Amino acid sequence: MTAGWQQTLRRPALMERSRIMQAIRQYFEAGGFLEVETPLRIPAPAPESHIDAVPSGDWFLQTSPELCMKRLLASGYERLFQICRCWRDGERGRLHIPEFTMLEWYRAEGDYTDLMADCEGLIRSAAACVEKRPFLVVNGAEVGLDPPWERLTVREAFLRHAGCTMEEALAADTFDELMVAAIEPHLGMETPTLLCDYPAERAALARLKAADPTVAERFELYIAGIELANGFSELTDAVEQRRRFDEEETFRRSQGRIPYPEPARFLEALPSMPPSAGIALGLDRLVMVLLDAASIDAVVAFTPEEL
Amino acid sequence: MYTVADLKKGLKITLDGDPYVVIAFDFTKPGKGQALYRTKMRNMITGVILDRTYRSGETFETASLEDRKMQFLYKEDDHFVFMDNQNYEQYRMSEEAVGDARNYLIDNLPVDILIFKDKAIGVDLPNFVQLKVIETLPWVKGDTSGSDSKPATVETGYILRVPPFIEEGETIVIDTRSGEYSTRVKG
Repeated sequence: MTAGWQQTLRRPALMERSRIMQAIRQYFEAGGFLEVETPLRIPAPAPESHIDAVPSGDWFLQTSPELCMKRLLASGYERLFQICRCWRDGERGRLHIPEFTMLEWYRAEGDYTDLMADCEGLIRSAAACVEKRPFLVVNGAEVGLDPPWERLTVREAFLRHAGCTMEEALAADTFDELMVAAIEPHLGMETPTLLCDYPAERAALARLKAADPTVAERFELYIAGIELANGFSELTDAVEQRRRFDEEETFRRSQGRIPYPEPARFLEALPSMPPSAGIALGLDRLVMVLLDAASIDAVVAFTPEEL
Repeated sequence: MYTVADLKKGLKITLDGDPYVVIAFDFTKPGKGQALYRTKMRNMITGVILDRTYRSGETFETASLEDRKMQFLYKEDDHFVFMDNQNYEQYRMSEEAVGDARNYLIDNLPVDILIFKDKAIGVDLPNFVQLKVIETLPWVKGDTSGSDSKPATVETGYILRVPPFIEEGETIVIDTRSGEYSTRVKG
């Protein structure tokens, strides 16, 4: 009689979630984006220092559809989006669930500033289907959604909130700790924040900024202190991409992680990819923020602990 | 020995020689950065609260505490009194040291009490306890308002959400790790 009571309680959230997903699809279709599905099970994930894929036979469950999406760009597709499941081993917390839903979209002939504008449009449409008002209330904070949203460089964020420079934090190996404890709680409180221009060493697949190659054309979207999306102008230089993959994979193996084969077909396709930009947004977290839920658990049908 | 992967609310570890209990914990990961384990811990002797952030791979010593079988006797002012089942010795513990366990302490409840240098400093509860509902709104059969839960007060005074069909006087099972309703005890 009480079986599935948690699921019963989540019905209103799951109904809103379904509406939000429909609004997202409508938004992209209206913008001329093609919805695609690429395989969830892949032979070679992109090596990244701090993301672990779940093995599936000799292959892996994807941590993101990124490499297949970019191979489609290289084949001539211009505007793509995908809503799919991704897996990241060991990630569990208030904002993390090891199997989650990702929304990714890509624009050929665009850069990261186009993606920032997309975020402003997309999230306003998604919010409009939940509440007919131009702001969100998240954990007591009233976050206005009218554009333009705050654009803040990582460098400025360190000076403003961390009491040191970005370079000092990198040198002292405290970048991540300061980001979590000192910076993130201030981001996206009045309007969403587009935190941009990450240090070059924190961008495995992003293009460096021509005017300042110490930083990459990469940004993260924050609302009420919660990180929702990571987007960047894509690196299209296959030689440089292979060098970065080697560096990340060497680090992964030095940490005793499961070794990945090189994503060879992606690297072969990369020279054919036009200048592009792509972004990954955590859909569960977006629903969580729009519904002002306290935890990601409140917006999924089942948590792993409930299986 | 524990690793960061074992961190959770209620875990007891040794830090600088003192026993600490984890009172809040969250896994975080700043965009493309490394996993960080943000932890709030209470010193089980002094009550001092510490905020610490750990990285993957860090390890902790288990807290070396003696566990004694006791039962809860009664509450006196802001102290809780327990009795050792073997030698009938009584131990007093402050409300702060008892923590969330106070929500489940009914007279004669068997519990494990943690002892450090002959002082009672913590309560280890069973994962599930049975408590009687003393106050909740009646269930209207055929109610179509769509409300899926309602508040209920149990005999310790603790208030939690329960399914609408739970009636006053019924006994329910509560998961002490989450503080949430688990199931009803069929009478």
